[in-house]
Amino acid sequence: MRFFSRQRHAVRSLKLNMITEKKRQILIFLIFAAAVLAAPYFLKGNYLLNVFVFVGINTMLAIGLNLLLGYAGQISLGHAAFFGMGAYISGIITARFPVDPFLVMILAATIAGALAFVIGSPILKLKGHYLAMATMGFGIIMYIIFNETVDWTGGPSGLSGIPNLHIGSLIFDNDLNNYYLVWLSTLAVMLLSINLSQSRIGRALRAINDSEVAARVMGVNARILKVRIFTVSAVISAVAGSLYAHIMTFIAPASFGFNFSVELLTMVVVGGLGSIYGSFLGAAILTMLPELLRVFQDLDIIIYGLMLILMTMFMPGGLISGIEAAAGFIAARMKGTKDSDAQA
Amino acid sequence: MDSSRQLFQYILSGLSNGAIYALIGFGFAIIYNSTGIINFAQGEFVMLGGMLTIFFLTILNLPLTAAIILSIIISTMVGVSFERLAIRPLKNAKPLSLIIITIGASIFIRGAAMLIWGKDTHALPAFSSNDPLYIFGATILPQHLWIIGVTVLIIIGSRLFFNYSIAGKAMRACSYNARAAGLVGINVKSMVMLSFAISSAIGSIAGIIIAPLTMTSYDVGVMLGLKGFCAVIIGGMSSGMGTLLGGLLLGLLESLGAGFISASYKDAIAFIILLLILFIRPEGLFSKKETERF
Repeated sequence: MRFFSRQRHAVRSLKLNMITEKKRQILIFLIFAAAVLAAPYFLKGNYLLNVFVFVGINTMLAIGLNLLLGYAGQISLGHAAFFGMGAYISGIITARFPVDPFLVMILAATIAGALAFVIGSPILKLKGHYLAMATMGFGIIMYIIFNETVDWTGGPSGLSGIPNLHIGSLIFDNDLNNYYLVWLSTLAVMLLSINLSQSRIGRALRAINDSEVAARVMGVNARILKVRIFTVSAVISAVAGSLYAHIMTFIAPASFGFNFSVELLTMVVVGGLGSIYGSFLGAAILTMLPELLRVFQDLDIIIYGLMLILMTMFMPGGLISGIEAAAGFIAARMKGTKDSDAQA
Repeated sequence: MDSSRQLFQYILSGLSNGAIYALIGFGFAIIYNSTGIINFAQGEFVMLGGMLTIFFLTILNLPLTAAIILSIIISTMVGVSFERLAIRPLKNAKPLSLIIITIGASIFIRGAAMLIWGKDTHALPAFSSNDPLYIFGATILPQHLWIIGVTVLIIIGSRLFFNYSIAGKAMRACSYNARAAGLVGINVKSMVMLSFAISSAIGSIAGIIIAPLTMTSYDVGVMLGLKGFCAVIIGGMSSGMGTLLGGLLLGLLESLGAGFISASYKDAIAFIILLLILFIRPEGLFSKKETERF
């Protein structure tokens, strides 16, 4: 009898822990959201606001890739292709036909998701290096298609004349409006991602990341879950692509090539695998770095390479783990001094 | 008559490109077999070979032979220091970390090359004369013969090395079972280093012999590296002859596809083949099911 009650107690406290963890996550999210939404008030200089619009888009992309890479442990070196698909489908259709761009955005996301689902099931059977190469191959095929279907995409010289988004009379053609457009979408993706990580699916994905065999033995259908998360991640990238096309009003294949896939990977790794705020941090750093390095042109690619190597070697948890460790250290020190004060 | 001559021409240029892909593929296979790593920086050694030779030839005015030998030595040193600085310190690393590190090294080397030599494309002069030879009505450049000759030599050489020399046998032992190889007294670490040395040397040779034909620039490594990988995937990681056949087959398909279907999708052909093989027969067309890819 006693044994059972103890067990029930353990289960209850575990559940309680999970609930407080979820509450903590939501609290952090609310603080983050408030800061993001209030930021334009302080960013009166329009230039930084413009940079932050792109930080938002890249955060969205990084979170999308992080779902796959950080949670499920599956690499993709072809995510720029889904980003490009979103941008091109939205761009091509809305530049030619007077249709509702939001409907086209949904269409683009659906097509990208469907493609991810179809190629996901053979691709995600592959592991490690082979998965990396296969996704890279897919990305390059899509890049060649963006370049060569000149009649539709305009080829290497790009596609122009994409209209801005609008809701009624509210037109998203200035930095402030774009900022809210992008960040509201990004916050929604963050919320989705937090929810997912705290759910049954999130736990199953982490189990796959630790050991796919063990996860399978425990009854996790690894194959289907991996394909699903790949699809979700592709849909997020395509939506980011559509937003990008409408904000830029001009797109060219160079933005959707292999280099950008590597840049996304760098954002996730530098920020911290599996961390949503890490993705934000990584996206912010990699978006602002080229602006800071404008003096030393072309230096950014070397720095990305070094960052990838050094972070993986010395800080595999990314910057966010470094920050957490530092915060923990400071908290422990403060607690320590408080204790010694109390003793004294 | 005209179309058959054209066909012959496509086959010739396909075979010489294929020989290059096979050489690059060899580089992948040598590192993979000794470490289980697919070195994403493999293509950068190909780029280094070509660019360094041009640098020594045109800037330092060295004779061609000296320039080639120096650039092979330097590329090899880059490969070895990459292994020492970034691969060896990571013990028991997850495959994901190794992938990210080799990608990091690849863009680092590419970026450094861009900073040093700029973004222009350069051409290396042909090794011997530039006058085409005519065989059955098809033209063939002496450089094509160089490519095929060097490839055959390297393949015979590596076969002899892996089958008859002590170091080669030790490397094979490491690829079968590194732990057991260590137990019988083989220095696994130095074998891994040797595999990086050999594979970066072969990569740079491939880059040097193709540079007179296709021009070279800081960013040729990505495409060539991927096609080399494609060759080794077609052939199977464990089989040297398979890699050679894989490379030749890829070169042929690419050249015929570009000639008869569409030149602008030439590069896509390789990747479609790559995906199809990975989906359908990931152990390669010419090898037994033994490498672990799933």
